[in-house]
Amino acid sequence: MMETINIILDGLPTLLKGMGLTIEITVISLILAMFIGLILGVFSITKSKILRIISTAFVDIIRGTPLLVQILFIYFGLPSVIDISLTAFSAGVIAITVNAAAYLVEIFRAGINSIDKGQMEAGRTIGFSYGQTMRLIILPQAIRRMIPAFVNQFIVSIKDTSLLSAIGLAELTLSGQSIYAANFRAFEILFAVGVLYFIIIYSLSLFSRWLERRLDVA
Amino acid sequence: MKMIEVNNLKKSFGKLEVLKDINMDVNSQEVVCVIGPSGSGKSTLLRCINLLEEPTGGEIFIEGDNLTAPNTNINELRQKLGMVFQQFNLFPHKTVMENITMGPKRLKGKSQSEVKELGTQLLDKVGLADKADVYPDKLSGGQKQRVAMARALAMEPHIMLFDEPTSALDPEMVGEVLQVMKDLAEEGMTMTIVTHEMGFAKEVADRVIFMDEGFIVEQGTPDELFNNPQNERTKAFLSKVL
Ligand SMILES: Nc1ncnc2c1ncn2[C@@H]1O[C@H](COP(=O)(O)OP(=O)(O)OP(=O)(O)O)[C@@H](O)[C@H]1O
Ligand SMILES: [Mg+2]
Repeated sequence: MMETINIILDGLPTLLKGMGLTIEITVISLILAMFIGLILGVFSITKSKILRIISTAFVDIIRGTPLLVQILFIYFGLPSVIDISLTAFSAGVIAITVNAAAYLVEIFRAGINSIDKGQMEAGRTIGFSYGQTMRLIILPQAIRRMIPAFVNQFIVSIKDTSLLSAIGLAELTLSGQSIYAANFRAFEILFAVGVLYFIIIYSLSLFSRWLERRLDVA
Repeated sequence: MKMIEVNNLKKSFGKLEVLKDINMDVNSQEVVCVIGPSGSGKSTLLRCINLLEEPTGGEIFIEGDNLTAPNTNINELRQKLGMVFQQFNLFPHKTVMENITMGPKRLKGKSQSEVKELGTQLLDKVGLADKADVYPDKLSGGQKQRVAMARALAMEPHIMLFDEPTSALDPEMVGEVLQVMKDLAEEGMTMTIVTHEMGFAKEVADRVIFMDEGFIVEQGTPDELFNNPQNERTKAFLSKVL
């Protein structure tokens, strides 16, 4: 027992560093994804057919291909045809961002559509433009309803980052792998890795439940 | 002066032709009530007048400005037209005061103290001075509709449009809403009101328009239309509702 604890304690600094990276990548990606998701979400409900097609194409392509393939494509595939070199970190952020954005588009769209269309009409008849009505009246109501789905996407993205171990990014999962590759204590280390993921995700779930109750989203 | 002028207005939804050939004028300070059976196109007509629906054909002028011309600034023109909906459509995430002041503050560049004063004045007028800081979900239907009127009036519109403002209300709340509308009429507001309240139309309207199946079938003073209708369809409709 003591030995198990010691093994975990020895690995802990490395694991916590990995956990930090996991959180960092997820937070950056989610913030970026929110902008893309919002823009493409609004695209998907406009009258413009072109904008709707752009939005649908993006969502379909991203959701229709495995995340691991996207990660490998961005990190290994892209630099081989266009002249860019991405660090594993930027490639990881791009992949997680794009993926989360594709799901957030749907969340934004559903959230905006859930607001009674009388709200848009009331805003427009006062004299607000479409954009003003969106910003001042529709989105503030819609976003409140979207919070649980946002948090859920956050949780999904945190889990997704573990796939970034495939491109050598020392996030939580790869940090664990590097430790047991050296000490051969896969059971203890992976157990600790799992516990750390669980702590992040479970706190987020609690936070989401608390928010839901506070905002009274039906 | 003609506040609203509608010429040969047509509106279809897909194959369904809802407005067939509407010609109507509303003069300054005139109160016009629009009546007619369900589905006759009353709401659609009102919604075309502020371009919530895009007309399929014809022209609409608001104080001489062509609403349907491509270079018209619709957001500016709409500020002249206040609209009150059957379902109130208050903004649930804003207080009563914010509901009222949002428009003049953002669109007319008025200061916070100016709009606050305006809001207080309007709430006073609709008898809800004590509700400034509550959220709409704490109000009764009649109170919501009075706030909706205050919100529309805050933009200092030249014309007020009402689409069955009392139809979603419990009977005991109808009176308080109609009273505010009567007060407005007495102040000389130009109003176009789609309504099922025949008593109100008789008492307040300068002119009553009867619509059926996408046409204006008959119009006249309340006395002419209610006491001496000429058209068979008007007679049939009135015999059902009076
Ligand atoms: N957005 C729409 N799409 C398709 N059909 C519509 C739409 N809006 C209205 N209609 C149809 O147009 C016709 C006229 O509707 P409208 O709402 O103008 O009638 P109304 O006279 O206001 O009736 P009510 O007294 O029931 O309110 C109806 O048959 C209705 O189903
Ligand atoms: Mg109607």
